[in-house]
Amino acid sequence: MKSAVASLFAGLLFGFGLIVSGMANPEKVLGFLDIAGLWDPSLAFVMGGAVIVGLVTFTFARKRTLSFLGFDMKVPGHTHIDKRLIVGGLLFGIGWGIAGFCPGPGLVALGAGEVKAMVFVASMVAGMGIFEILERRKAAFRFAEH
Amino acid sequence: MIDIAWSSFTPWTALAGGVLVGLAAASFLLLNGRIAGISGILGGLLTPSAGDIGWRIAFLAGLIGAPALWALAAKLPPIEIEAGYPALIIAGLLVGIGTRYGSGCTSGHGVCGLSRLSPRSLAATLSFMFAGFVTVFIIRHVLGV
Repeated sequence: MKSAVASLFAGLLFGFGLIVSGMANPEKVLGFLDIAGLWDPSLAFVMGGAVIVGLVTFTFARKRTLSFLGFDMKVPGHTHIDKRLIVGGLLFGIGWGIAGFCPGPGLVALGAGEVKAMVFVASMVAGMGIFEILERRKAAFRFAEH
Repeated sequence: MIDIAWSSFTPWTALAGGVLVGLAAASFLLLNGRIAGISGILGGLLTPSAGDIGWRIAFLAGLIGAPALWALAAKLPPIEIEAGYPALIIAGLLVGIGTRYGSGCTSGHGVCGLSRLSPRSLAATLSFMFAGFVTVFIIRHVLGV
């Protein structure tokens, strides 16, 4: 229950940040990605503002084993850079460039009642479902091999 | 040469919004001990396990509810979606598959990963930024859509 309340709070704050920054608007995101046209550097300032706060927080949190609410700190420890990471990033980037939506802003625009955002999010969830099916097939195939 | 779109460039609200996003990720980490990676939080709901559902739904409810709460106090800034439905469907599929395959999106790899100085997240962020730049270049300046 405590973690749900904290999650709701963080989600709201995240959403407000995307609204204030203009990043819930795909045209503004595409204005950043269109470096050969009239370039809008705003997205870099959003990342900058977020990372400055993040750097301080993660440096502080590194020393902790439990969160303030008493949960284990689940910070990923992977360091390997593999094909999955790069190919996944490239596929995501192509989709991002086509519509100007990444997952967060897509959900915020959906919450604002935008029908087009609902279509994007439905398709994104379908894409995540396809990923799960492919992963399960691969795991079953590996199991059958042994 | 890069031409800056001075009329649409909003450095101060961008920075302020970015700080809010950073505070959201910070409170999520400090309270729940987790990384605020939106694609992972959403994707995890597709393979649900007991005790691992409520916090995910609560975070997403906050994100989706933010515009409604905002609208109670102030006018929502415009959301312009130029892409047509076929493009939105293709984009959605690519974002869904790509973020899960690459274990993260703009929030998990971009904001949280760079904040942790993770080389893995830097590589992921460079990958999707590069693909985003190239895709928009092709769509707007090669195909001229």
